[in-house]
Amino acid sequence: MSDTIDTTAGIRAVPRAGWHVGTVVAVHRETPNATRLELEVDGWPGNAPGQHLDVRLTAPDGYTASRSYSIASSGDSSRVVLAVDKLPDGEVSPFLVDEVRAGDKLELHGPLGAFFVWRPGGDHRPVQLIAGGSGVVPLYAIASARAEAGDETPFRLLYSVRTPDDVYFARELKALAGTSAPLRLDLVYTRRAPDGWPTPPGRITREALEAAVVPAAQHPLVYVCGSTGFVERVADWLVGFGHDARSIRTERYGGM
Amino acid sequence: MSFITRGFGGRSRERDDRLPPGQTLVHDFPVLSAGPTPEVDTAEWEFTIRTESGSQSWNWDEFMALDIDEVSTDIHCVTHWSKLGTSWRGVSLDTLFEHVETEYDYVMAHSYGGYTTNVPLDELLDGKAWVAFEFDGEPLDPEHGGPARLLVPHLYFWKSAKWVRGLEMMPSDEPGFWEQNGYHIHGDPWKEERYW
Repeated sequence: MSDTIDTTAGIRAVPRAGWHVGTVVAVHRETPNATRLELEVDGWPGNAPGQHLDVRLTAPDGYTASRSYSIASSGDSSRVVLAVDKLPDGEVSPFLVDEVRAGDKLELHGPLGAFFVWRPGGDHRPVQLIAGGSGVVPLYAIASARAEAGDETPFRLLYSVRTPDDVYFARELKALAGTSAPLRLDLVYTRRAPDGWPTPPGRITREALEAAVVPAAQHPLVYVCGSTGFVERVADWLVGFGHDARSIRTERYGGM
Repeated sequence: MSFITRGFGGRSRERDDRLPPGQTLVHDFPVLSAGPTPEVDTAEWEFTIRTESGSQSWNWDEFMALDIDEVSTDIHCVTHWSKLGTSWRGVSLDTLFEHVETEYDYVMAHSYGGYTTNVPLDELLDGKAWVAFEFDGEPLDPEHGGPARLLVPHLYFWKSAKWVRGLEMMPSDEPGFWEQNGYHIHGDPWKEERYW
């Protein structure tokens, strides 16, 4: 039983998780269906790019509801940025998207997760990021961390999104794509594409995926985040293209 | 330090005392995994228990010839979802350990794909754990751990190792893959042992 997976990015390399109180300092409508929350978190130990946290809401009768959210920011700062998609039948996300305003306090537990992370200054192995919808949040944190560090590791982001209006961090991603060591950004629109877009809207195909990712021969580290269906499909295809399964890290949302 | 969140009323007023703290009932079956889903053919599948003195293995046909239990149980994922009354078929760990001699008290579960998770042996015996290969009357889907996964329903569900291929006895408790990446060494949902 010697094929144990490499866990060099393990728990000892990330700040210790704990309970914190975050004060909402800014609320920004990210897309028609999502909001960006900027929080000042008392005692936050900082977080690695790609980590997540739990938000716990408590009702007056003591009822609580907890959900996990990826963190869009990283580094030593006590400023934490979330971008939350409103789920149609959700209990927590509609509250965070429609109800929360500046000055509100939220109970947070984190930072969490030590596997779906990437740090600048490593071995410069190329990185392929693949996002479905709001799955872009931790990948945006990773791409931003690279740019902030001036790291020149080749980076590519494939981002599947419903319509041009649904792109998270649109301005920031455009800026990352225009730096001296640019993030190569490929967008796939599944419902509506901009005028004059070369391909009609639709789910990404196997062929389109293969054409838009760092080839397996370059041994990229691949991060895939999105719904379970998206992640399953993409990860299976990547293995089929010859990517080493152990170089593909996945994170999923959905189900609640 | 818990405080009331301004403006939050909570949607589900019907609380179910089968739900551990911080859990929400779901009716679908979400997936938690860290990489691609391994494809494991039952023709090549093998399950091994390794101890300080040797090992015992079963291939798929031998495994299917063992006593099979029907299990109805609640399951709880660390990512805050629970499912109640799920039905499984599998082989009890009591059956698998019947002829296994070991002085060691701790187990590392190994999976196809390289994942590992640790569980104390006494939390796997006395009707507390199975190697399950059917969910809801159907062969277990690969994305849910098929062809076979560990089923340890009294702990958070990452301990129910998907794509399980063996158990290795250990003299002391060591963190597996999930535990090294932030999940709790033990994982009792009723104590909310999620992270460490």
